[in-house]
Amino acid sequence: MEEKLHRPHRNPGGTLQSMAWYALVAACIKLLLIPSYHSTDFEVHRNWLALTHSLPLSQWYSDETSPWTLDYPPFFAYFERFLSIFANLIDPTIVNLRQGLNYNSNTVIYFQRMTVIVSDLCLFFALYRLTAKLDSGKRNLIWVLVASSPGLFIVDHVHFQYNGFLLGILLLSLSFLEEGRDLMGGFVFAVLLCFKHLFAVAAPVYFVYLLSRFCCGGFLKGFGRVLVMGAVVALVFAAAFGPFVYYGQIQQVIHRMFPFGRGLCHAYWAPNFWVFYIILDKGLAFLLRKLGFNIQAPAASFTGGLVGDSSPFAILPLITPLTTFIMVLLAIFPALIKAWRNPRPEMITRWVAYAYTCGFIFGWHVHEKASLHFVIPLAIVAMQSLEDAKHYFLLSIVSSYSLFPLLFEAQEYPIKVLLLLLHSIVIWLAFSAHSTKNGVINATAPANKGSDKLEVKGRSRAATKKGEFVIGWIGKIYLLGLLVVEIWGQFLHPYLLGSRFPFVPLMLISVYCAFGIMYSWIWQLKRIIRSL
Amino acid sequence: MGKSAGKKVVKNEEGDDCDGWWWLVHKNIGASFLCIAVFAFLVRVAVSFHPYSGAGNPPKYGDYEAQRHWMEITLNLPAKEWYRNSTTNDLNYWGLDYPPLTAYQSYVHGLFLRSFHPESVSLFTSRGHESYFGKLLMRWTVLSSDILFLFPAVFCFLVVYYTGRGRRSDIAWLIAMILLNPCLILIDHGHFQYNCISLGLTIGAVAAILSDKELVACVLFSLALNHKQMSAYFAPAFFSHLLGKCLRRRNPILEVSKLGLVVVGTFAIVWWPYLHSMDSFLGVLSRLAPFERGLYEDYVANFWCTTSVLIKWKRLFTIKSMKLLSFWATILTCLPSMIQQIWNPSNLGFLYGLLNSSFSFYLFSFQVHEKSILLPLLPASLLALEEPFHFRWLTHYALLSMFPLMCRDKLILPYVALFALFYLLYHAPGGREDTRKRQSPSTLRSFMLSFLVLCSLFLHLVYITLHPPDKYPFLFEAVIMLLCFSQFILLTVYTNAKQWMLLKHSTLMDKDKKLV
Repeated sequence: MEEKLHRPHRNPGGTLQSMAWYALVAACIKLLLIPSYHSTDFEVHRNWLALTHSLPLSQWYSDETSPWTLDYPPFFAYFERFLSIFANLIDPTIVNLRQGLNYNSNTVIYFQRMTVIVSDLCLFFALYRLTAKLDSGKRNLIWVLVASSPGLFIVDHVHFQYNGFLLGILLLSLSFLEEGRDLMGGFVFAVLLCFKHLFAVAAPVYFVYLLSRFCCGGFLKGFGRVLVMGAVVALVFAAAFGPFVYYGQIQQVIHRMFPFGRGLCHAYWAPNFWVFYIILDKGLAFLLRKLGFNIQAPAASFTGGLVGDSSPFAILPLITPLTTFIMVLLAIFPALIKAWRNPRPEMITRWVAYAYTCGFIFGWHVHEKASLHFVIPLAIVAMQSLEDAKHYFLLSIVSSYSLFPLLFEAQEYPIKVLLLLLHSIVIWLAFSAHSTKNGVINATAPANKGSDKLEVKGRSRAATKKGEFVIGWIGKIYLLGLLVVEIWGQFLHPYLLGSRFPFVPLMLISVYCAFGIMYSWIWQLKRIIRSL
Repeated sequence: MGKSAGKKVVKNEEGDDCDGWWWLVHKNIGASFLCIAVFAFLVRVAVSFHPYSGAGNPPKYGDYEAQRHWMEITLNLPAKEWYRNSTTNDLNYWGLDYPPLTAYQSYVHGLFLRSFHPESVSLFTSRGHESYFGKLLMRWTVLSSDILFLFPAVFCFLVVYYTGRGRRSDIAWLIAMILLNPCLILIDHGHFQYNCISLGLTIGAVAAILSDKELVACVLFSLALNHKQMSAYFAPAFFSHLLGKCLRRRNPILEVSKLGLVVVGTFAIVWWPYLHSMDSFLGVLSRLAPFERGLYEDYVANFWCTTSVLIKWKRLFTIKSMKLLSFWATILTCLPSMIQQIWNPSNLGFLYGLLNSSFSFYLFSFQVHEKSILLPLLPASLLALEEPFHFRWLTHYALLSMFPLMCRDKLILPYVALFALFYLLYHAPGGREDTRKRQSPSTLRSFMLSFLVLCSLFLHLVYITLHPPDKYPFLFEAVIMLLCFSQFILLTVYTNAKQWMLLKHSTLMDKDKKLV
């Protein structure tokens, strides 16, 4: 008995098929997750559907019916306007500005969840483009890495956001750049910025890279191309912001998009550099107080906004948005130099991911969700060498773990643990399969692998041995430490200390993950500096 | 990227070998199993977010309340009172009607619930208890049972039956088919039941038989029987296979009595609290055989229910004669497969025997639920590599036959997701490779198959969108059952024939050996 639907494996469309397969399997899980917990971001997006649907464009950014005002750039507002057409067809209450407030019926949950699931198509299309030139093995693995990424599930399909869609646009832009189609790449990136301005962290890399690429072909030709690029970007921004300029709303838009008055850290500290800074400040204050100095407790909190001149720090100097801005720029600088000297298309994904890492480490009021911005692009880089794979393995687990506090209800607890466990097993299997295959390839055709340290010398067996995917003992201990932190936070802390020090488990996660992310940043920096 | 040029040669050689889930099967079976098991568990947890049967539907609620009530009863009353009607134990309200092992399991789970959330299992006051935390804990009892019983049993089965045979990716495909059986997940983690325990014990018994540990198999299967009396659907196959094996040994009577003693011993241990008097023993027994509930419940795709459109069995016969009739019909239909196994017991024949006997029970026995389709599905999934098409077809129509139940339970969303997931996994790229030569399927056959699939999809849509005419309120259910029944009958005829063909095949093999 043969089934008719079975398709042969050796056909040219096979890879596309298997890619669609991963996307669909992931979509099935996403469907099952529809009734799970959703955060206030769900109501935020519902409100945006309502206000873009029921108000004229001129009032979009000034409406204050709900506390969840529109604070994304105009393209995202247009996107919500587009979705609201369908929402209105399904259930008009969803898009009702007042009656829809905190609307929580099945229709709105199914509708909004479905929009996220469908908009993920953008991510998968971009991935398909980006990996089109790789061999099928690598392509498959990259797809597995992204499709099983717990961050996307946790943030988009449980917590509720549209990161998959936005990252799709970013990857689309990168895919054009890697193909050498700079103009299209720049255009798509400009579009992305008008969807979510947080992606602007990579703008310096884009700017330097494109400028350097354009200048390669002589001054006049280059100048012309720069002009065209500038015109394209200006057009995109005009399309986004033009209508608001026309209605005299542009100041309001800018004011909403850049809400000053938020603190250095988010309520849950993203695992970045500032965690260490805060801890150091607390530690120093504690020590000096013990030594008899009169240290006043800071009046402001670092999660709140800047209130007057008071500093949230007791000893260390105050950090302002400008400081963080300069630090991010300084951190990106090595990548900028590399991009200027030798703008190679195959390096751009790495540089952009690095820029987002810097933004995450040193940025102002960073959300833990922002780690997705560099983890997902790094999945593509991870296939380039064994060292990259090892780094990605560690980074992906740490960053996914740092998202755990987003889902705090008992029902979702197994989901986040299982997602991370599945992802870890999958990437471990994927990388070891890949490295074994590569080991065989190295043994049969010892080719120089460019920037890798993996020099193939001597006999083939040694090469296979060397090419194995093994995590060093430090990495292993660090990953086991995650388990300890989790067990402490979930079981031992409530058991031993009860409700005292309720902030400790979260702080522990932040600090512990910050080590991993800082390591990843330093590793990426080293890698970029060493590359040609 | 840059390196792709250097690898071009290799790529051409390997072609699309690296397509699909090649990375999954690159290591040993254990790693693949671990990965798929975690995925399967994730799916189960996600399904458990959805409503259970009878959620928010007083006064009787559904199976969820039944299981919770059993925990309440077993936890608060002494074992002797569990099956007896009394002021504290109203048997009309979800009285315990499963064998003692289920009662013990309820007791253990009740302990678990009490230690975290005592309100949900307190005597009397917890009737119809529904809460966020209570649901969560109840769901966890099923999830943990699945991990403890079904998953290890499946692993044992694979190790016993498939090591050294078949491609690794075939086995990975098989693991996915067994562990991600949509019907089982929907019933256990959606509707709310503990089929995973009795089915897990059965798979364990099968694995024990395949590795020639008959005594272990007897213990495990007796336990399965004592967890759910429905496991008796498999009893003819176990009986005939073991009998056939014993008859070929040197001392058949000794072998048979050894097995018999083990079975009786296991039963005695499980039934210990009820063995002190004939009265209490019969009391429990009468609870297990609820003949007063009728020939079938709701609409089920078996012989009696489907033919009742033409012949009103319930009116024509008394319950007593109906019992006899259904008993003989069941025995007669599973007799061929039993004879085959007694005559020539073989591992593959045993698996077919399980399928055939459970099918004849499903189709012809007394008091069958739509959920009973899980029992034929189990051996079918174990045989999925031998009979991929059969398995797919059976799962498709088993799901359809459960669709009215899923609608009542408000489980349409997980139903759709798992239906899709099943087809995706079935057609996993790089999953299973057809080693047999592919004949181009005849146009008539492929036309018929696509027509039937379209019919079933159409029926799904009709069932959820249209209202049946007032005169025939169960018209759509009847049509669904008719379609499913016709498919099930065809499938069971096919597998019976297949089991007998094994005989021919093996005698040919024997002859070949003799000639050599």
